[in-house]
Amino acid sequence: MNIPKITKILDIRNEAKNVKTITFKYPNKSKPGQFFMIWIPGVDEIPMSVSYLDKDIKGITFKKIGNATSALYKLKKGDNIGVRGPYGNGFQLKGKQVLFVGGGTGIATIAPAVEHTVKNKNEATVIIGAKTKDELFFEDRLKKCGAKILVSTDDGSKGFKGFAIDLAQDILKKENIDSVMTCGPEQMMKTLLTYSNNISFQASLERYMKCALGICGQCCIGEGLRVCMDGPIFDGKTLKNVTDFGVYRRDSAGRKVRF
Amino acid sequence: MTPLAEINTKIGSLPLKKPTMLASGIMDEDAGSMKRIINCGAGAIVTKSIGLKAREGYPNPTLIELEYGILNAMGLPNPGINNFGEEILKLKKSKTPIIGSIYGANSKEFIKLGQKMEDYGASAIELNLSCPHAKKYGLEIGSDPKLIKIITSSVKVNVNIPVFVKLSPNVTNISELAKAAESGNADAIVAINTVKAMKIDLDLRRPILSNKIGGYSGQAIKPIGIRCIYEIAEHVDIPIIGVGGILTGEDAIEYMMAGASAIQIGVGIYYRELDIFNKINKEIEQWMDKHSYKKLSEVIGAAHS
Repeated sequence: MNIPKITKILDIRNEAKNVKTITFKYPNKSKPGQFFMIWIPGVDEIPMSVSYLDKDIKGITFKKIGNATSALYKLKKGDNIGVRGPYGNGFQLKGKQVLFVGGGTGIATIAPAVEHTVKNKNEATVIIGAKTKDELFFEDRLKKCGAKILVSTDDGSKGFKGFAIDLAQDILKKENIDSVMTCGPEQMMKTLLTYSNNISFQASLERYMKCALGICGQCCIGEGLRVCMDGPIFDGKTLKNVTDFGVYRRDSAGRKVRF
Repeated sequence: MTPLAEINTKIGSLPLKKPTMLASGIMDEDAGSMKRIINCGAGAIVTKSIGLKAREGYPNPTLIELEYGILNAMGLPNPGINNFGEEILKLKKSKTPIIGSIYGANSKEFIKLGQKMEDYGASAIELNLSCPHAKKYGLEIGSDPKLIKIITSSVKVNVNIPVFVKLSPNVTNISELAKAAESGNADAIVAINTVKAMKIDLDLRRPILSNKIGGYSGQAIKPIGIRCIYEIAEHVDIPIIGVGGILTGEDAIEYMMAGASAIQIGVGIYYRELDIFNKINKEIEQWMDKHSYKKLSEVIGAAHS
């Protein structure tokens, strides 16, 4: 059976402007980079990367953007949500000197992978990019775990003034990075792929999803690659052959929408 | 050992190298996905059901897995016929037939859609007269034999490629509908679409699917499909394409013995991966070799005495 399991919201935390973390009891093995389908009864069911993955308690971190996330944002401690999953492949945690690049809410997907990398005694450098200071989150959390953190904001309100990708280019030149993992705006990830040359590269992609079980085809990219099942993490070699990567996504009707 | 049995078949004038077709609604909304399924050994591809205008479908949950099958109410999401052209055109070089599934509210819409599909290069058209969960479309017109005949015959006179009619099991008498399609000059019957069903969450005391009612497919509905094919075969002379819960070569053989000239695979990809087409093709060959059948024509309809 693959149906939503009803569980109560245990805790809600404000992370940044319009960004919250919700935790809930969900004893299940999950890997960094995998996702859940979160059902907000009566509204919608949406894919959400796992941002906290303790044995029994899981968490998701999201920004209020559309109909579903706005409804989720309004829920209170003790309210019911439905959860199914985890789905997708998750990151392959490899590399001794890993560069993580999280753009916007992408850092929510990246964070558990950073913690695991440090726990495995490998070096993690994390670039957190946001438009402005108010939208930054997880800086303290990742500092605490022992990763080296660099911050960029488009408006310069905190850290480096400019794009995360510019910081990344610099680090890739100067340091001996042997693995890159990223989640964020797709054009940013596409540029990062070109900067990464032959370094092991993994990106987490986001597409409009319906079934999450690899059946309906709604989230397909390239030649029938299902983001829900073959992804959401794709390696650089695969992405180089995906012509839609960084170019367009498809809306809920399957129409192309350019980035 | 190379198999001795030949598994090529034909649906009226349309020859298929393999009898396993992709059912409509599964991995068939864009050229890339369809290409991947072709590479997995499908004998033909049926596209997502396409309408005149883009349609978003229902909010999630739209698909869940139950004990013995899959329950879905996608709500006919599709980019609309004008946007869909490029997806079929991209498959022009493929030798595998692409069958354009279309849905409309009346004959006029079906004609327009059918003509567009023909222009794009589709090898045949499948009329979706059986979607169980979309208002004004599908089953709502597909349960009336008169409408089936009118729509089928009006599409037939306006296109030059074969026209298949996909029927619903959610009716009292499916053979009556099949006869109506035949009298409208349909080239083949496709049966069955999903079976109307529901799943309720006990904690929340509400149906899980956003549309409440969905269509059930997979293992659980195979005996229903077999019965429908058998009944239809007793009443019409045109070819039948069997679909509903086919997961193995023996399932396919059973459908063929009931009267199917070819079969379609849908949620089977969930249970046996995308490669299910190659797997079933091979299993059919092996079964035929083992039981000394040389051609599929010896199997098709064998259960009718």
